[in-house]
Amino acid sequence: MNAPTTELLLTRRQHKDSALHRLLRNPLAVISAVIVLVIALLVVFADLFTSISPTATDLSNALQGPSLAHPLGTDEIGRDIWSRLLHGGRLTLAGAALVLAISLVVGGASGLLAGYFAGPIDTVSSWAASLMMALPALVVLLALRAVVGPSILIIMAVFGLLISPMIHQLVRSTVRDVAAEPFVEAAKVSGLSDARILGRHLLRAVRAPLIIQAMMVAGMAVGVQAALNFLGLGSGTVTWGGMLADSFALVYTAPQLMLWPALFLGLMTASLIVLGNALRDALDPRGAPPRVRGRRALLAEVHDTGHGGSLEEVGDEAFLDVRNLTVEYPDPHGGALAVVRGVSLSVREGEVVGLVGESGSGKSQIAFSIAGLLPEVARISGGSIRFRGQQLVGLSRRQARRVLTDGIAYVPQDPIPNLDPSFTIGFQLTEPLRVVRGFSRAAARERAIELLGAVRINDPEKVMRSYPHEISGGMAQRVLIAGALSMDPVLLIADEPTTALDVTVQAEVLDLLRSLQQTRGLAMLLVTHDLGVAADICDRVVVLHQGAVVEAGQIDEVYAAPRAEYTRGLLASTLAEADPREAYESPEGKVVRDA
Amino acid sequence: MFVYLAKRLGAGVVLLVATVSIVFVMLSLSGANVARTILGGNATEDQVQAKMAELGLDQPIPVQFQQWVLGALRGDLGTSYLTQQEVADAVMQRAGVTLSIVLISIVVSGLLAVVLGVTAAVKRGWVDRLLQVVAVFGTALPGFWVALVLITVFAVTLRWFPATGYVRPDQDLLGWASSLMLPVAAISIAGISGAAMQLRSAMIDLGHREYVRTLRSRAIPPRRLLLIHLLRNAAPAALTVLSLQFVGMLSGAVVVEEIFALPGIGRLAVSSTASGDIPMVMGVVTLMVTMVVIVNLLLDLANAWLNPKVKTR
Repeated sequence: MNAPTTELLLTRRQHKDSALHRLLRNPLAVISAVIVLVIALLVVFADLFTSISPTATDLSNALQGPSLAHPLGTDEIGRDIWSRLLHGGRLTLAGAALVLAISLVVGGASGLLAGYFAGPIDTVSSWAASLMMALPALVVLLALRAVVGPSILIIMAVFGLLISPMIHQLVRSTVRDVAAEPFVEAAKVSGLSDARILGRHLLRAVRAPLIIQAMMVAGMAVGVQAALNFLGLGSGTVTWGGMLADSFALVYTAPQLMLWPALFLGLMTASLIVLGNALRDALDPRGAPPRVRGRRALLAEVHDTGHGGSLEEVGDEAFLDVRNLTVEYPDPHGGALAVVRGVSLSVREGEVVGLVGESGSGKSQIAFSIAGLLPEVARISGGSIRFRGQQLVGLSRRQARRVLTDGIAYVPQDPIPNLDPSFTIGFQLTEPLRVVRGFSRAAARERAIELLGAVRINDPEKVMRSYPHEISGGMAQRVLIAGALSMDPVLLIADEPTTALDVTVQAEVLDLLRSLQQTRGLAMLLVTHDLGVAADICDRVVVLHQGAVVEAGQIDEVYAAPRAEYTRGLLASTLAEADPREAYESPEGKVVRDA
Repeated sequence: MFVYLAKRLGAGVVLLVATVSIVFVMLSLSGANVARTILGGNATEDQVQAKMAELGLDQPIPVQFQQWVLGALRGDLGTSYLTQQEVADAVMQRAGVTLSIVLISIVVSGLLAVVLGVTAAVKRGWVDRLLQVVAVFGTALPGFWVALVLITVFAVTLRWFPATGYVRPDQDLLGWASSLMLPVAAISIAGISGAAMQLRSAMIDLGHREYVRTLRSRAIPPRRLLLIHLLRNAAPAALTVLSLQFVGMLSGAVVVEEIFALPGIGRLAVSSTASGDIPMVMGVVTLMVTMVVIVNLLLDLANAWLNPKVKTR
């Protein structure tokens, strides 16, 4: 996705200032951070907190409960549990630190190189990484143990190597994403060195995911080391894993011995992961409320142009009647952002109405509102939509589906992403016929082939067997039109049906839509940015700007004598044969449309 | 499709060859240690040399490796240094136990992950948050730790299942199931939460695809949209997760077999490692990596079948 411009950078800076505050506001984060810190301090400064040797045995004092001398009691041969717990963490934490350091250095460096330089380095290292991921780590470590003997730090170093692909893949993909962003291109063009480009931008991009991954690695390292010690394959010194193994042997007679080492081990690993998650959320608070990042949409919120429904004369015979429609999306600050504001329009039976405006003008949102296809985060906050007299605003999803089967069909903009890549065209065409309309398999197939013929596809049988990736964009758009026709619609809502196609194919598809409209007497709402396309096919146009209607009327009248300043500009750009799509399509607009 | 499968098969063979060679060289470098381990701490240098000659460890490593590979290709993995048992027999005898634990675990965790992941993706809200919290702990806590807790609760305190031991399925099917219950649970918990989270985000991501909107415009019922279209499109991602899970579960099986005293190859790995029984360690590594290669190939096959872009190539 293209980098959203100033707005996002601004919000990022604000977030950065309060990252620590956000962390402190999250109780889970505070608790887990305190647990990790306290355990680490207790372990590192073990000698300050206990004066008893972890290995001193006292058989006369075996299996004692907590006392002043032994705060957590003693084990089966009278060793002090508190002292063993503190000393037992040392090797574990040292091993975890070693694993973390090695995996970060190896995985980070190789990921950086592979992501930035791509080519053979990338191929080779990706291969090596996926091979290493396919190895059962513990088995390799066991084999290694047979070689190096009970030297847990060497084994942990190798574990760091084995787990480095986790870091490698993360860094590699982040570097690739960052390197593909426009500002990196710009920086390269302006002559900044590779290292500076990467250093500055990469760090910010990789920070949050790397923290959570590192915490995960640390947690796994603690677990693996404890497992090795538990299996009796570690060094001879006291460890949490070893304590667990000793106490497990007595699980029936003295189960309480397992409590403390299990508690420390469990708390440590779980806290590491929880802390990692919380740090990630604090550094990169994305994902929560979906945001509409439209510059134009933001502007629309500021100046209300005040145009309401008065521009549109609505007759009684209106087939589709939209009045004062307002559609809102939640904004990042918890408020709402209106992307459609008080729009009124109508379509009569058999009439073709163009809904014209640039990207981000809200025209697709109006189309979605009518067809009941708004994303869940969007809300129709006002107005009414009447189709053949029935109110569509406020219908449940189930009721809205019935309306769809009753005559509204939708043709999307970009054909290929609008076909399910996993199913054949034949399946996708026959599915609604079978599932929704109760056709038999054979009848559905016959009807689908007939529809493909109607959209002028020469070899319907072959297309039926094809997958979406096997057909061209123009072909896919015909398939989608056939799919819309399969609903036997009386109103066709076509959302920029030619925009994503090649110029020659555009004319063919437009021609097809026109002839279908005429032979079937369809009413059509054609959403387009292109007044030329509208002039070609529409009876009337409604011009939208910043979510509101600026002009509406018969196409030839609007074309000949546009009343609104905005329409004149739009018309001028069409007449000058400048491609208005290029001129007006902004990345922000795309986000709004696809949201 | 054949090109794709040939590539995947090639990758599998490379993995097997690379791992086996590296492990073999590593193990051979420690020949002296091995002889000493077998003979015990009091052995003289002469005795160690004699033992090495007896085991063929005085030969150059390439020669040793060549002999081992030639044998392995015939299905002969050598004999144990300690028990004189045929390695191939020993590992094959135990493979069944490990495979039954791991395969049951992967089926159980796969099914539960689909149910949980889809539920969280669809319901969102508190179900989703609960799953996320559980998943964090599921992936964070070491498998053997979970196993110990399970034993303490379900075997020691509640006495629902046996704490340790293995019952052969041909002797007592119910007893077999009961003896595998806790080991499978211990291995699956991490797998379920990890896979469920992956599936959840795949489903949420797919739900925003344009074709979903178009399918909705054709009045396809939501349930069908979810179970036919979204799940089908999430399948390749789920398979990738499963193949990684399988690898992780093999590691998990090593520890779990030791804890529950199950006679699988994991246990064999631990005991032969501790005693320096190189042929046995080699046999275990070879078998485990072969299992990984085979399972990955099966998943690749499933992926090729599921993914039309691969299928029609």
